[in-house]
Amino acid sequence: MVPLSWYLALSALLFTIGAVGVFIKRNAITIFLCIELMLNAVNLTFVALSGFFGDVGGQLFVFIVMTVAAAEAAVGLAIIISIFRNRESLNVDDVDAMKL
Amino acid sequence: MKYPLATIILAPLIGAAILGLFGKRMSERVIGWIACSTVAVSSILAFYLFFNHASTLEQGDKHYEYLFTWINVGSFRADASLMLDSLSAIYILFITFVGFWIHVFATGYMRGDTGYWRFFAYMNIFMFSMLTLVLADNFLLMFVGWEGVGLCSYLLIGYYFQKDFANDAAKKAFIVNRIGDLGFALGVMLLFTKAGTIFYFDDPARGIHGAFNWAMAQTADPLALSAIFAGGITTIAVLLFVGAIGKSAQLPLYVWLPDAMAGPTPVSALIHAATMVTAGVYMVSRASSIYIHAPTAMFIIAIVGAATALFAATIGLAQWDIKKVLAYSTISQLGYMFLACGVGAFGAGIFHVFTHAFFKALLFLGSGSVIVGMHHEQDMRKMGGLKKYMPLTYATMLVGWLAISGVPLLSGFFSKDEILYRSFVAEGLPDSWAKILWFVGAITALVTAVYMTRLMVLTFWGAERFKASEPVLEAHSTPAEHHAGPPRESPRSMVLPLIVLAAGAVFAGYLGVPEGLSGGKLPNYFERLLEPSIASSEVMKIKEAARAQRARDEESDVRVLTRQATETGDAHALERTLTGVSIVFALAGIGIGWVWFNRKPLWEPPRLLEEKYYVDEVYDAALVQPIKQGSINVLWKFIDVHVIDGAVNGAGHLASLLGTGLRYLQSGLARSYVAVLVFGALLLIAYFVIR
Repeated sequence: MVPLSWYLALSALLFTIGAVGVFIKRNAITIFLCIELMLNAVNLTFVALSGFFGDVGGQLFVFIVMTVAAAEAAVGLAIIISIFRNRESLNVDDVDAMKL
Repeated sequence: MKYPLATIILAPLIGAAILGLFGKRMSERVIGWIACSTVAVSSILAFYLFFNHASTLEQGDKHYEYLFTWINVGSFRADASLMLDSLSAIYILFITFVGFWIHVFATGYMRGDTGYWRFFAYMNIFMFSMLTLVLADNFLLMFVGWEGVGLCSYLLIGYYFQKDFANDAAKKAFIVNRIGDLGFALGVMLLFTKAGTIFYFDDPARGIHGAFNWAMAQTADPLALSAIFAGGITTIAVLLFVGAIGKSAQLPLYVWLPDAMAGPTPVSALIHAATMVTAGVYMVSRASSIYIHAPTAMFIIAIVGAATALFAATIGLAQWDIKKVLAYSTISQLGYMFLACGVGAFGAGIFHVFTHAFFKALLFLGSGSVIVGMHHEQDMRKMGGLKKYMPLTYATMLVGWLAISGVPLLSGFFSKDEILYRSFVAEGLPDSWAKILWFVGAITALVTAVYMTRLMVLTFWGAERFKASEPVLEAHSTPAEHHAGPPRESPRSMVLPLIVLAAGAVFAGYLGVPEGLSGGKLPNYFERLLEPSIASSEVMKIKEAARAQRARDEESDVRVLTRQATETGDAHALERTLTGVSIVFALAGIGIGWVWFNRKPLWEPPRLLEEKYYVDEVYDAALVQPIKQGSINVLWKFIDVHVIDGAVNGAGHLASLLGTGLRYLQSGLARSYVAVLVFGALLLIAYFVIR
């Protein structure tokens, strides 16, 4: 039986990797993957705590998160493709038309 | 028919809606038919109702027609409900009858005008508003009609809106009327706080209490100046009268009426002579049960009425514009009506309203016929000798002239005489005021006869002072053939109303022959009809007499009867004497006018009179200019520019300053947003952890 703390530590590690990735990477696809990583880190926490407390609600939440993630992936990838078509670049720093 | 009264007021409104929405594409013929037929419907219904209910109206029956509850808030209630009693019945009779014939006249007078449909739409709305005013059963609905007629008056005075003078006159009428309306509104509000209701009379069917029933239960205020400011029944009466001053053009708010002649002549006849301006008299008579408890207000009304009558008549003596003469004459006659109300003879006042509607509408339409015949010339200096060219107009104007001058056996004679007699015998006035009021009224009758004779002499008799080929000023676009040639008689649609109204001017007076003149043989039908609708101090006197009689029961019946007979006989003798005096005054006036103006038709009247006592100039200097300068220098150049604009611009400046600071947050770089987001999240977490 793996203790709860291990799950949480792994989850924290995955979340940090994701967050740092969003921070330092400039490639839109990479950032996108890092976001997915953060979502799944949270999912891991939900499942672990659900097992620990014997409460099925956490697992239910995971399904919702996964559904949302799938929808978000579809929309996000579409946006990225359309940005690439317009700018011939995936560097998010090039997409700064909103600045003053 | 279930809603006859509603039909009476709505028929002209429907006509106005049709003309206003679709009139532009209709031919003049169709427009004229629609406008006249809707008023004809009202008129026929009014006559039908009157003859069906005359006997019950005489006994004081009131026919209510409840449409819907308009406002019901707390203890305040106002219904859209109509009431027919003898007073409103008389009013709707002559409003719709005279109104109909003026509509017919206008179809001829306005021929060829580009705004034909607009004109008749306004005229129909006016009929609707006036009938609402008269048929309402509470003060608020009356106020709707009151403001409605004011609006129509404004629209029709400013009918030739391309011309500056018409616009100025329209605005003047509207603004001056606002002053009066303020008094009226305040009066109604005070009445509501005192009586708790704005309905006229009790109506148990709807559970309504009437303000007049409240007033009748009050004790009369004393005759004292302080009563005006006491906030009681006298204050209500005075405030309501301020409204009447504005609407009925009395001193000092009469200045709008002469200028209102800028409108087309049928408008002057309908609105500014026969109907709308008598709304003030109607309101005062309607509220007679309030006024008889406010002797101070009555005294003020009598003085204002008498002063206006004489003042306006003297101005009328010196005007050159034919319509201006008639306008001042209207103001003067309205003064007579208020004089009657002020001395407690409300019935006589309404009787004069009734007869005046006929002969003044006749005179105005006659002048309109003259103006059209003269190719839109209004200056009497350029007329003269017209009887040869316009025989029918001349004949009918002759009737109007004799009627207004007070020549015996015509309508104006009976009503004016009744007013003069009643002011002579008025009671409750201090000192010898009754005699003074009578004397002013009698002098006014003389002056009236003089200026009306002057009008006739300058227009129809004497030498021709116009040149037939002279090019004349166009007042509005009429077919080309109207612009040249000698004066000509007007078309049939204009002459027929003149004849009908002339008949009215002759015979309307016989409905109310004063008792003294007929020796009690002819019943004064008019007064008997009005009696239940009008609270008169006479009623109280009769009650008191009855009480005194009961106390003298031991006195033999025969002796009482003989004494009463001698008393009434004395009163009749006095009335006949006074009548003789006023006949002498009227004939003297006509004689003076005849001799003087036949000899010197272009006699220059004193400048003071010709310039209307410089009242307009005084108002301009005392009121208009200070307000104008104050508005420009204080309100505009200081308050508007500095205070209001300053606040508005300051708010704008503040927003733009804030924005300049905040816009540095938006870098456009997605990763900087993420950084802010993460640091924010970390800060929140830190806050919760540390706490």
